[in-house]
Amino acid sequence: MTPSLEVAGLAFAYPDGHQALFGVDFGIGRGERVALLGPNGAGKTTLVLHLNGILSGGAGTVTVAGLPVNRRNMAEIRRKVGIVFQDPDDQLFMPTVREDVAFGPAAAGLRGPELEERVDRALAQVGMGAFKDRPPHHLSFGQRRRVAVATVLAMEPEILVLDEPSSNLDPASRRELADILRSLDVTVLMVTHDLPYALELCPRSLILSDGVIAADGPTADLLADDALMRAHRLELPFGFDPRSVTMGA
Amino acid sequence: MGAGHAHRLYRHGHSPVHGLPPHTKLAAVFTFVVVVVSTPREAMWAFGLYAVLLGVVARYARVPVGFLLKRLLIEVPFVAFAVLMPFVAEGGRVDVLGLSLSVNGLWGAWNVLAKGTLGVAASVLLASTTELRELLLGLQRLKLPPLLVQIASFMIRYGDVITDEMRRMRIARESRGFEARGVRHWGVLAKSAGALFIRSYERGERVHLAMVSRGYTGTMPVIDEVTATRAQWSYAFALPFAALVVCLLGWFL
Repeated sequence: MTPSLEVAGLAFAYPDGHQALFGVDFGIGRGERVALLGPNGAGKTTLVLHLNGILSGGAGTVTVAGLPVNRRNMAEIRRKVGIVFQDPDDQLFMPTVREDVAFGPAAAGLRGPELEERVDRALAQVGMGAFKDRPPHHLSFGQRRRVAVATVLAMEPEILVLDEPSSNLDPASRRELADILRSLDVTVLMVTHDLPYALELCPRSLILSDGVIAADGPTADLLADDALMRAHRLELPFGFDPRSVTMGA
Repeated sequence: MGAGHAHRLYRHGHSPVHGLPPHTKLAAVFTFVVVVVSTPREAMWAFGLYAVLLGVVARYARVPVGFLLKRLLIEVPFVAFAVLMPFVAEGGRVDVLGLSLSVNGLWGAWNVLAKGTLGVAASVLLASTTELRELLLGLQRLKLPPLLVQIASFMIRYGDVITDEMRRMRIARESRGFEARGVRHWGVLAKSAGALFIRSYERGERVHLAMVSRGYTGTMPVIDEVTATRAQWSYAFALPFAALVVCLLGWFL
């Protein structure tokens, strides 16, 4: 089976000379949920923007479901890679929830009842079906984050990329979002600082540090490795011991 | 925030006027205004008839007169100029209540006042029977440059977000003991405005990124097709057509 995502030898420097990535290699199999951990400034956002070709021009390759990310495949790649950005106000730019969720599929050429059905399904997946005709700015932050996830699900992506999905959420919204993410049958790459959240949702983690993948393994093992964690400025919240957490199915 | 999602100008309802497709209403109001503006100012009765026509539409739309009059107040700053005209215009003078007024100026003021008020009243009726979102769809349908429609729709979407950002900046300023008391403090306010501009600009870039990530290539995809039947068009154009008859009478009588 072709993996959902393959990144090989990816390096990138910004036009101002700042080098953010120094040869990143990893692969994600279909259906996997993987966390991308790393301190601020490690190059996480730069890496994410390479996954759908918004940034390019450095060395290395990115392949999504067997399709290389390049100018010719761009439309197909953007349909396959769904990025949920950190601030839902950036992600939700249409006057109503429904139009926002419809934006991606409509841009891909879907119309009429087919489009409507896609919108309904995506909103149902995040439990926001009742808010279809609301303007996004009248929703709570947690609801907006869920709609942001729906806007991407509506494109039926091969891989869902979430940038700090738990940021600014209260504990209840955080748990609701976790339930939703667990219920989805899609490959997930989750960029986060929230280590307990990574442990809860992602069996596997990557640590990106100084522009390279510094570690790749089971999340529980990585979080339990004190020396590794310290070396990459990753800290567990006070009182949290990954060894004492028993994971459900 | 909860309920009350529509814009303040909009008045929710299910009247026949509410139900018309937005582009027919936009085109009808635009034509009506053009007809009103081309009516000779001396035909005073014609303007009375126009007002009656609008009254009939308001009745059909179930928009109460008080609501309409209150919304008309927006016109006040614009007609201040009209009030000045009789005092400053040249030409023959006439004495009214001991004031020497220009005849030309009086006609000019009447012209601006009557046509302006009718135009504003028609627009208020349009705004109170059509949701903002629908208006945008209508403009799109009428082939207004897509870039303009997009700018307008982003203004609506992000107006609240930016106002909120402004409010937070004000609270942050005041929490640190700042109070704008005079010219000396304008510098601080100007810097806040600058910071707000940069923040909004950067948000614009992030929004664009999010749009591109979902396949945006420069044009908004059509999500809702608005269409109108011949009957709906003729229903919407009853107003400008009646106005046109009045206008022609005004010229030839």
